[in-house]
Parts: sequence; structure tokens; C-alpha cells
Amino acid sequence: MSAESNLLEVIGVVKKFPGVLALNNVSLEVAPGEIHALMGENGAGKSTLVKCIAGIQAPTSGRIVFKGEDITEFTPKKALDRGISMIHQELSPVVHRSIMENIWLGREPLNRFGLVDHKAMYRKTQEVLAEIDLQEDPRTLMENLSVAKMQMIEIAKAVSYDAKLIIMDEPTSALTDKEIQQLFRIVRALRDKGKSIIYISHKLEEIYEITDRVTVYRDGTYIGTERTLDLPVQKMINMMVGRDVDELFPKTPCPIGEVKLEVRNLSHARFFRDVSFTARRGEILGIAGLVGAGRTELIQTIFGIYKKASGTILIDGKEVEISSPKDAIKANMALLTEDRRTSGIFPMLSVRFNMTIASMGQFMNRVKLLSGQKIARKSEEYRKSIHVKTPNLEQKIMFLSGGNQQKVLVARWLMTQPDILFLDEPTRGIDVGTKAEIHRLISELAGQGKTIIMVSSELPEVMGMSDRILVMCKGVATGIVENTPDLTQDTLMAYATNTMNQETA
Amino acid sequence: MVSAGIIKTEWVKEKLKKYGIVVVLFLMIVGLTLAEPNFIRRTNIFNILTQASIFGIMALGLTFVIISKGIDLSVGSILAFAGVVAASLAQSPLATNKYYPNLGELPLLIPILVALLIGLSCGAVSGFFIAKTKIPAFIATLGMMTIARGFALIYTNGRPISNLESMTVIGGRVFGVIPIPILVYAGAIVLSWILLNNTKFGKNVYAIGGNATAAEVSGVDVDKNLIMIYAYSGLMAGLAAVVFAGRVGSVHPGAAQMYELTAIAATTIGGTSHSGGIGTIWGAFVGALVLAVMRNGFTLLGIDAYWQQVTEGAIIIVAVIIDMRKNARKD
Ligand SMILES: Nc1ncnc2c1ncn2[C@@H]1O[C@H](COP(=O)(O)OP(=O)(O)OP(=O)(O)O)[C@@H](O)[C@H]1O
Ligand SMILES: [Mg+2]
Repeated sequence: MSAESNLLEVIGVVKKFPGVLALNNVSLEVAPGEIHALMGENGAGKSTLVKCIAGIQAPTSGRIVFKGEDITEFTPKKALDRGISMIHQELSPVVHRSIMENIWLGREPLNRFGLVDHKAMYRKTQEVLAEIDLQEDPRTLMENLSVAKMQMIEIAKAVSYDAKLIIMDEPTSALTDKEIQQLFRIVRALRDKGKSIIYISHKLEEIYEITDRVTVYRDGTYIGTERTLDLPVQKMINMMVGRDVDELFPKTPCPIGEVKLEVRNLSHARFFRDVSFTARRGEILGIAGLVGAGRTELIQTIFGIYKKASGTILIDGKEVEISSPKDAIKANMALLTEDRRTSGIFPMLSVRFNMTIASMGQFMNRVKLLSGQKIARKSEEYRKSIHVKTPNLEQKIMFLSGGNQQKVLVARWLMTQPDILFLDEPTRGIDVGTKAEIHRLISELAGQGKTIIMVSSELPEVMGMSDRILVMCKGVATGIVENTPDLTQDTLMAYATNTMNQETA
Repeated sequence: MVSAGIIKTEWVKEKLKKYGIVVVLFLMIVGLTLAEPNFIRRTNIFNILTQASIFGIMALGLTFVIISKGIDLSVGSILAFAGVVAASLAQSPLATNKYYPNLGELPLLIPILVALLIGLSCGAVSGFFIAKTKIPAFIATLGMMTIARGFALIYTNGRPISNLESMTVIGGRVFGVIPIPILVYAGAIVLSWILLNNTKFGKNVYAIGGNATAAEVSGVDVDKNLIMIYAYSGLMAGLAAVVFAGRVGSVHPGAAQMYELTAIAATTIGGTSHSGGIGTIWGAFVGALVLAVMRNGFTLLGIDAYWQQVTEGAIIIVAVIIDMRKNARKD
């Protein structure tokens, strides 16, 4: 492809942070009307590069050429004016405001008195939403939308800027198959209108389904660019990781003991009703369903974050009253929450602090004071085993890449050695290489007789790891199925959409 | 790979950012010594540390509060309230206007414990309201500031309590050399340091300020810890009251007005961030020293006390600007 015909060219870009060389002389070429995947392990530098392109940060050196013009001034505003728009890895909508206010934030249409023209805003929003085929009232508050819908609104916003290049950094990490399909329809439609898309994801199926070409980075360096269809999976993984790895770690079979946790007719005022299930020692119980099915709310209610409306929870056959996370932790439960930013990380604090805060009880010395040595030893052990990429454990966690933050949180909860471990999307945003390692650690915990309850939107993950799978649809448990080898994704999806009868008929 | 040279300059920059305030303190000391050689004499150094001790001790408690993303405006008033009650129990038997005319001489420990207990309780009450009713700390402690001052006035009927023979021992020196307030301050620093760095409570303080929701999910009893944080701040105010009574030899119900602001300033200058989750005891100490050195230096140089105020204000603002640049680099 000749240089002039490229919409975007990144040439020899370097980006340094204190103690970290995030990008080392990387390149990237994006043609008009193509969907271009950017792949690499956690911390490879993908987000860093696209943030430079979108003007959120400036590269240390190197050139970024857009529509044949060198970009010299790096601000988000300039990038938007040029026609570059980005959908962030971590969404940050103004949740208390409406869809239309979010879309036109900072460039509200004004009437002749210089006041915000809400009518025009409403009309323009309707047009944009129609363009991406989304039926929502522009006045709906963001907080009432599902994550998937918020994601669509972000895309609508990008469209509203009439962007030539739309960057999507892990847009599907919070979505399930159905919503992903909807997203893909929009993305393809945008491409057919001649727009270019840079697409970042750790889900390999998506890369094959939607992208035209793939560029791979490893450790901040450029490895190569290939046509997606010409690149076999193992080769792609090899380019990313530098060695061969299995995509998923199959659960090691282990003996399943007596019932540990029993939930009877648990209901929540809004999110779900009458859910019953049991989970045994040594068992991994998967929870599947579409986004909004009430999976997260179910486990958060068991954990005491939400208040239950009715129902009982039994541990080891004895009824327990759990009205706060504190009670849950006393009952030896642990929960890896789905939302990394609001209820997960302590952004300004160190990686070490973030890893160990839930396990402080383990680090006391003889006089009941915390031992810095013990803390250091344990966190170092986990850093190694799940490959957290950080210059040192004193680094503030907010400077880690998204996937590496997730790894730290996984470490936090694995470290607590709970009897019952709830995992909500544990491998969200984690690269293929480490995913298998985390699956192995989870399996190992089950092998020690712990009970694991795992919510995941990735069916291959649920089906690869679980002994049994609870499927939810719109707040109702539609089925609990044994994970036998003949179980298919279609069967699970039928439960998830509550259309089992059509399926079997 | 990055060359060692670049890493080195980055390292220097990083350290400068981190220890910038120590450099400032050092420059102040050098400058003042050059301008006035008496500045560096032992007696003057002891003077500075003694002066720093009262608001310095309060700044220790405030460090916990501010790291947890709170604020405590009540410590000055708590000092006055705890101070007058302790003073009333420490008057010499021969004093003329005794608060309790028939009270004999009590062991020194009693007024001290009473001061600490009053401080602790006032703080715990603020903490209780902050934790249970979720009212902003600013409001709760503003209320406590007025209430504690009110109690101090009611208790004394607006009159100072003096002739504190037994308590003035605390204002004295060990071996006739080291002023006791400095030792009390040092003890409070060590205690606070251990609490903040080596106990679960300390880690919880950081967690609550860093992300309260995440703290809750991580099993931190946020309410209980909030109460403990404000109780500790109150306790430090009570301890400051003891030092105050010892040094001054009498306590006025209007004493220590605005001390809370000096203590907040010391904490802030020392790099404790009002956005929560960041701060050190060491910083609170350095911050208190910066203020004390400045006040002392201005007096030595004969600079107008009013200008002193203006400069103090400017320093606080500059310190916070530096602090924000250091911490808020999230892209
Ligand atoms: N502001 C920052 N300060 C220091 N280091 C940073 C900063 N931002 C990113 N880094 C580092 O740069 C490297 C690349 O990070 P980046 O976020 O680009 O990774 P990524 O490829 O997007 O990974 P992921 O798949 O986990 O999202 C990481 O090692 C990260 O820790
Ligand atoms: Mg990223």
C-alpha cells in the first residue's frame, strides 16, 4: 500500500514514562475503509499508542501522519477536529445526565441568545442514533442504560463528530455475544461508509470475525502486520507472546465434596427473583447470561452489597445473615467485582497495596504489627506467577495497563484464600497468555476444596472451566446444566434468552 | 532500551518531586543561618521544635483524617475544651481563684488522662456522625468546633484557669536540656508512624481515602474506621492540650483559635493530598517544621507579623499546587 493512500501512518513512535519505555519505535498503517486490529499482551503499548493518536497524550518522539499531514499538536480537541475519535477502554460518561447531553458535551448547539438549544440537541441526537440504528430516547439518563448501551452511545458520539477514524479500545470487554453482534453490525456499517477503525481486543474470535488486517506489538515494539485471514491463530498468539500457548486452560478434574453454599429463593426488589442453587466444595459453578440478566447483582446480593428482598443463604447447611461485605468476608467469602474502577482499584496507591489490602490479617508479626517483609514477599510471588507488568511493586496502580490492573485484582482475591470465591468477569481484558495462567490458578483453588462461582460473558471460558452452569435471563434462573462434553453454546444461549422450548422442539 | 542516563535524570526529577518540600526546608534553614547566625544555635532549634510541637501534634491526627479524604476543623476547640478541664484538675493547692476550691493536689496523670479522654470522645462523636449519617466531615467537624468551644466557655464561664503548678513540669526540660514538649511530639510521631504504616487500621485509612467503595468490598469496616480516625484526631488534640497547658501554665477558653488551620496547613505542606489516599507522617512533621521555621525566622529578622501571615498563606497555596502536579498525573 503506498504511503499516500493511507489514512493514518505511525512512524517510529517512542513513548516514555518514568521508568517505563511504553513504545519503542513502533509503526502502524491504517487504510481508508478498513478495520485494523491492534494486538498484543497486556502492557504491550496498545492503549498508549491510540491515546497518542487521539491526542490524549503526546509521543516522546516519532511521527503520526493523518491524511498526509503530520500531527504536531496533541490535544483531544484537535484530534476530534481532524476527524479522529476514540472510544475508551474505561468509559467515563456523565452518568447523571441524559444521552443527548453526553453526546454534545462541550459543543452544545446554541440558540440565538447563546443559550443551549435543547430542541436542536434532541433532534440532532435522534438523527445520530438513527444512523447507528439505536432506539433510545435522547433524554434518557445515562445511568439507566446498560453498559452495552453506553458503549453504543459512545459510538454515536464518535459518529456525531463525523470522524474519519474511530478508535475502539476493548469495546466489547463488558458485552456479551448478542450485544457484540449489534456492535459489529454498526462497525461494519461504518466501514462500508468509508470510515476506518482501529480495533483493540483480547478476544481472538472477534479479531477474526471483524477485522481486515492485524498489527501486533510486543513489549512496546512492532512485530508485524498481516491480513487477518492469512494469519493462523497459533501464529498470531506466537507473534504476541513470543511462544506458543493454549488459548484456554482446561479445568483439571478434582473430587467434588459436600454442599458448601446454598441459596434458596433469593430475590431482589429490582434485579432478580426466586433464584435457588447450590455450590459444592471443589466445584466451579459458572453463571452465564446476557448483560443485564442479573448475574452481577445476584452475586453482589449474596455478598451483602445489595439488600435482598427475600430468600435465605446457607453455608455448610447453616443459615447465615449477610447484610454487608464485611459479614461476607467473615463468612470466608471473597468477591472480585466486575467494575474495576469504581469498586476495584485504589488508583493512587501502589500495586503492592492493591494486591495485599484484603489479606492484611496474613501479614502480622508476633506483636500484631504488619510485617513489610511478609507483604513484600507475598506480592512478589503473585507478581511473578501471573506476570504483572510493572516497573516495580511501588508503582501506582493507575499507571498500569488495563489488563495488568485486572491481574492485580485477581491476585488480591486469590491471595485471600477464601472458602467461597465469587469471580465476576475475572479475565476481562487479560491477554491470552495470562488467561490460561489465571484459569490454572482458579482450578488449583477448586482442587484445594474451595467453592468457586464465576460469572463470565465469554461462553468458551464458562464452558471450559465450570462443572455446572447456572443460566440467567432477565432476573430469572432459567436453568442449571451439567457441563457435559455434549453441551453446546447454542443450548446455553437458548437458556439465556429463555427460548429452550423452541430449541428442543 | 533506555539509556542509564535518561533513567538517572528521571530518577532525580522523581525524587525532587517527592522530597521537594525537604529541599525547601533546607534552603530556608541555610538562608536564615546566613542572615542570622543565631538561628542555628541549639537553643533556637529547641525553640522552633517546641513551637512546632502543639500544632505539629494536631497535624499528626489530621494526617489520618486527610488521607481518608476527610477534614477536621474541630481540633483547636477540642484543645481548648480538653485544656480547661485538665487545667481545672491541675491547679496548685495554693492558687487563689481555684475552680474546685476543695480539691487537693491530684497526681499529674489524672488531668493528662482527662484531657486525652475528652479529646478522644469529641473526635469519636464527630466520627460517629460522619460515619452513620454520612454528613460531610466539613460540616460535622465545623459543628464540633463550635460545640467544643461552647463547652470550654460554659465550663469556665469565660475565664482562664491558671496556676497549673503540676502541669508546668511538662513545659520543662529533661536533664535541664531537652524540652519535654519535643519529647512528647517525638513520641506522638513514632506512635502515629507505626499506626499508619504497620497496622491494619493504617492500611484501612489509605484504602478509605483511595476508594471507599473498593475498601468496603475488600472487607474494610468503613464506618468503624471513620470513627477511629476522628477519635485519633481528637486524641491528638487532647495531647496537644496537655502540652499547651504545660507550656503556658494557664488555659483560656478562647485558646488555640485557628490552630486547626495551622495544623491543616502543616499537613498539606507536607504533601498529604486532600483528594485522599496519599500522605505520610514524615510529611506532616516536615510541614510543621516549615511553618515553625518560617515564623521563627521572621521574628528573628524582625519582619512584621502581618507579612508573616501573607507569606504563610502563599506557601500553603504553592505547596498544594506542587502536590497536585505530583499526584494528579493520570492521563
Ligand atoms: N501514565 C503512565 N505512567 C507510567 N507508565 C504507564 C503510563 N501509562 C501506561 N504506562 C505503561 O506503559 C505500558 C503500556 O501500557 P498500555 O496501557 O499501552 O498497554 P496495553 O497494550 O493497552 O495493555 P492492556 O491490554 O492491558 O490494556 C505498560 O507497561 C504501562 O504500565
Ligand atoms: Mg489497554
